[in-house]
Amino acid sequence: MADKLRAQQQLEALQARYVGTGHADTTKFEWTSNIARDTYSSYIGHPPMLEYISLGMGQPREKVRAQMIDKMIQPVGKPPAVQD
Amino acid sequence: MSDKDFEAIRRLQAERNSANAGKKGSKTFDPSTQRTDTSTKASLTESFDTELYERTAVDKFAGYNNSIATNDGDDDMEDADELNGRRLVGQYTATKAQINEFAGGDTEEADILMTREKQAQIASRETDYQKRRFQRGPLTPTRADPFAANSQAGVQDDGLSYKDIMKTREIEREEERISKIIAEKEANGETGAVVEHQATLKDTPDKENSEAGSTVAVAAVRKRKNRWDTATEPVANGETNGAVEKKKSRWDERVAPGQPQKRPRWDEVPAVGGATPAAAAGLATPMHPSQVAFMPFGGDMRNAPLSDEALNMMLPSEGYKILDPPPGYEPTRVAPSGLMPPTPGVYGGFMMQTPQSNSMMGKQLPTEIPGVGDLQFFKAEDMAYFGKLVDGADEDQMTVEELKERKIMRLLLKVKNGTPAMRKTALRQLTDSARQFNAGPLFNQILPLLMEKTLEDQERHLLVKVIDRILYKLDDLVRPFVHKILVVIEPLLIDQDYYARMEGREIISNLSKAAGLAHMISTMRPDIDHPDEYVRNTTARAFAVVASALGIPALLPFLRAVCKSKRSWAARHTGVKIVQQIPILLGCAVLPHLKGLVDCIAGNLSDEQPRVRTVTSLAIAALAEASNPYGIDSFNDILHPLWTGARRQRGKSLTSFLKAVGYLIPLMDGEYANYYTTQIMEILLREFSSPDEEMKKVVLKVVSQCAGTVGVEKKYLISEVLDEFFKCFWVRRMALDKRNYKQVVETTFDLGQKVGTSQIVERIVDNLKDENEAYRKMTIETIEKVVTSLGAADLDGELDKRLVDGALHTFQEQSVEDDTILNGVGTIINALGTRIDFYLPQIVSTILWRLNNKQATVRMQAADLISRITMALRVCDRDDIMGKLSIILYEYLGEEYPEVLGSILGALRSIVTVVGIDLMQPPVRDLLPRLTPILRNRHEKVQENTIDLVGRIADRGADRVPPREWMRICFELLDMLKAHKKGIRRAANNTFGFIAKAIGPQDVLNTLLNNLRVQERQSRVCTAVAIGIVAETCGPYTVLPALMNEYRVPELNVQNGVLKSLSFLFEYIGEMAKDYVYAITPLLEDALIDRDQVHRQTAASVVKHIALGVVGLGCEDAMLHLLNLVWPNLFETSPHVIDRILEAIDAIRNAVGTGTVMNYAWAGLFHPARKVRQPYWRIYNDAYVQNGDSMVPYYPILDEGSLQRPELAIFL
Repeated sequence: MADKLRAQQQLEALQARYVGTGHADTTKFEWTSNIARDTYSSYIGHPPMLEYISLGMGQPREKVRAQMIDKMIQPVGKPPAVQD
Repeated sequence: MSDKDFEAIRRLQAERNSANAGKKGSKTFDPSTQRTDTSTKASLTESFDTELYERTAVDKFAGYNNSIATNDGDDDMEDADELNGRRLVGQYTATKAQINEFAGGDTEEADILMTREKQAQIASRETDYQKRRFQRGPLTPTRADPFAANSQAGVQDDGLSYKDIMKTREIEREEERISKIIAEKEANGETGAVVEHQATLKDTPDKENSEAGSTVAVAAVRKRKNRWDTATEPVANGETNGAVEKKKSRWDERVAPGQPQKRPRWDEVPAVGGATPAAAAGLATPMHPSQVAFMPFGGDMRNAPLSDEALNMMLPSEGYKILDPPPGYEPTRVAPSGLMPPTPGVYGGFMMQTPQSNSMMGKQLPTEIPGVGDLQFFKAEDMAYFGKLVDGADEDQMTVEELKERKIMRLLLKVKNGTPAMRKTALRQLTDSARQFNAGPLFNQILPLLMEKTLEDQERHLLVKVIDRILYKLDDLVRPFVHKILVVIEPLLIDQDYYARMEGREIISNLSKAAGLAHMISTMRPDIDHPDEYVRNTTARAFAVVASALGIPALLPFLRAVCKSKRSWAARHTGVKIVQQIPILLGCAVLPHLKGLVDCIAGNLSDEQPRVRTVTSLAIAALAEASNPYGIDSFNDILHPLWTGARRQRGKSLTSFLKAVGYLIPLMDGEYANYYTTQIMEILLREFSSPDEEMKKVVLKVVSQCAGTVGVEKKYLISEVLDEFFKCFWVRRMALDKRNYKQVVETTFDLGQKVGTSQIVERIVDNLKDENEAYRKMTIETIEKVVTSLGAADLDGELDKRLVDGALHTFQEQSVEDDTILNGVGTIINALGTRIDFYLPQIVSTILWRLNNKQATVRMQAADLISRITMALRVCDRDDIMGKLSIILYEYLGEEYPEVLGSILGALRSIVTVVGIDLMQPPVRDLLPRLTPILRNRHEKVQENTIDLVGRIADRGADRVPPREWMRICFELLDMLKAHKKGIRRAANNTFGFIAKAIGPQDVLNTLLNNLRVQERQSRVCTAVAIGIVAETCGPYTVLPALMNEYRVPELNVQNGVLKSLSFLFEYIGEMAKDYVYAITPLLEDALIDRDQVHRQTAASVVKHIALGVVGLGCEDAMLHLLNLVWPNLFETSPHVIDRILEAIDAIRNAVGTGTVMNYAWAGLFHPARKVRQPYWRIYNDAYVQNGDSMVPYYPILDEGSLQRPELAIFL
């Protein structure tokens, strides 16, 4: 019981610090959103990588960067409707 | 010291040794068996477990201020009735200091007459001053919340408003004033003629004010009147009302919320479940209603309630009416049967004594309360609060409120008396449902519990914790209860216990954050000029906490107003006291607001009340202390009044003014500081001879502060201060009082920093030959401090001689053994350097004769002194003396007392360190065999010193001793692995390494491997560590084959031990592991598929260390193989096992790359079974946190259209 409680608390603390972490009840929507956001932030966070992608896309780097930031908003579409 | 002397002493000891050796059961060294202490039994005189009952351990509260003066030197806080602080009549009694000498502090003596139970109670430890918290009377009624959301609507909420409280306070003050006058009169013998005094407060309420009062209050008064004054109701409001008001008979008057007054106590009904516990007549503390049943005369006929017939006989029958009990009245609840002795119905005649009074038998207290479960304890006092739970009432017939009350009661009982696990869940429940329970029902139960006299530390801590937790949840709902909470929590602020003070601060600061500044001020304002000094003091402290929680600027306007209050000096006093407490709480954080705070109290420096002046200067001292070394600009305005004040004051207030000056001087520029120091020094010099203890303390402090300031010069101090200072303070009397002793030593040290060593030593060195031991000790302590910080370079030859002579005299003459003198002598000898050479023979002969002393402590000190002066001997190049000393010490290795033996070994060790192994006398090959049996000694000090000495020899001079001897030592060392002290175990492990290096690993390893079979876990673990160390020092290839061979022994302990050693081994060798990975893999394969959990767990930790060692070294294939074996263990649930498994997986992830390991993980993240998903997500989370970025390219490609990540497919 106490262990369960502690595990729960630890998980909460972890989740508070890292949004991208998950748990047994993570939905596909949440997980894929996190994947997408992490992917884009990783591209943006590595300037050489961003440079490479923008070259490949034939667009200015800043533009690609802005696009990626925009894509982080609801990256996999609207959240599924809550059904009761 | 001639050789003859050495020889004589050596011979004496040798004779003693041989004489003792003959005796049976002697503990002395027996050359035949090389054992000293052949008995394996534990000593009867030493405490067995020195780890637990460590006597030499440092006090865990060291560094904390574990005593707090309740009045911070502000003695005038006491409402002393003496005129001008002194009595006109002589007082012939012991001083308070003398009476309390053994009641507290270092000299405290346990009161053997107090029971253990009593000792645990907080109340029994409190000083009289702290006990005054019980005199605060009943908790005040709930306050109205003027800031509540609904207050605008004019809705009456229950509780007293600010106005009501202020009126009550005024009446209380008036009462106090009158009673003082009456007392004075009686004392003067004018009891008969009572002089009419003009009351400052009119009896009838001020018309204008009552009309100006809120409509709500007026309405309330009218409503009440209708209810109670049934007779007057039909009459028009006008004249009857007036008549009633004029003729206040106690009979028809009821307490209306607007007019709190002194209530007649006798007709009060203890209201059960009311807002506060009612005050029982004659008791200083509120009593919980159910407690009434337990009053000593509870069942007595005399105190039984009057019956109706009796009342009819006593009271006139006409003109009175028997009223119905008011709504909400509830008669005192009868205690559940069996808890109170039934009143015998018949008196007189023959009566059988039946053992019914079972509450007296002490057996009746239940350990199990229905709905609560098994408690840790249940005290008689608890019954008063929690009795309801055992009355067996039917819960189905209760209202929701009653059920709620019982629920809270149960939870509180669980928190207070339950087991830790119960406590935890109950606390959580209380916190979670705090808002549903609501503030009222919660606090009405918690607060009376905290006022209980028999409360113990643990209970208080838990209850305070409950309050802390529910404060967060309740937030602004607490407002009506702020004052009640404060009354209960404020005493914590002046508790002796540091942690209690911290708890108190935390609660009050949370409370102020929840209730808001405005409400805090309106709640605490009435207490600021409370007639009781105790209340004012605690309120001031609480206010300081509020200031620290909500910020000083927010409180500053209020403080300014309070400090300028014209109405009462008490308010000004409290205001200044708040300002004094703020820097004490906040430290240097007051700096930004310093100017504001100083301006606040500047005017009070010339207050007409001496008490206010005193506390103001104390506040300035506190502010200056906190802001040191900055902020002198802020004090500019008050410098002048402070200086002129200091010149004008005498006695008590002078003390506090001097204190303030003392703290201000270090803030000043050199130039100013010099000027002001010369100014203040006149007064200080005058007060040097003051008989007042307090004054002495302050004067010493100020002198050391002045001496430490930059601008004050050496010349000035020497010419003006030193002579007078030494004349007044360096007298024997000062050494007798502990506090003075410390102060004088410190001040002299501070002066010494300026004037140099010789000035100080010159003046006090002769005291070393004084006949008073305490005085000698004080002298040598001072000299030690000065010499340690400044060295002894500026002492001349003559002074050297007197100093060494004196120090030796002190050392020889000491009767109370403590380290002060030893340290002093050691420091002096070391400081003199080569100049000590001349005195060495004298010193050494002293040591030798003392080493020969009958008393154990004397011998111990002599040995300790040797270990301190070896450096000096080296500096003087007197290796010959050291050789002789070590030979003597060698003779003394048969010492019986472990403390002394430890010191002797320590002395030998420091000699070895200084002279080196090669030149050591006696040679190492003789010394070591003597040490082997001593290794068996169980005493910690001995163990520590021997292992250190042996380790040193093994490290530097292992080749000088035959391997056989080392093997012997190896066996003895195994026992050391069981030592309690970590340092000893560590030293033993290192020594294994040294020995293995010296004689080759085979034999040592053999010994260690055999030791893996022992039962004791700690011993096996340490052996495993030792094997790891041997492998590290001698190369893994020397150890691994034997270790892997040992794994074949079909015994679980051994196999586990081998795995454990492998784990340490790979941890220590790190990258070297890459050569052994393929060799060890088959063994690990076997271990990882073992049935035993612990086996797999240990194997996983081996895998972890290997994997971390071989990162990037091309062993990926082996690691992947191991991962395949580790992975299925994922579903282990035991916390240790799963932790090790996950660590192993983490480590392998580092070795083979994130992508590969994540390929294992994707499969389980959305598995239909939760039991599978859970551990897989844990692995995912670990990977995400540690290698999140490198996961990006490896996320699975999901076929649905939503998640498109084509960017990485771009190819140029």
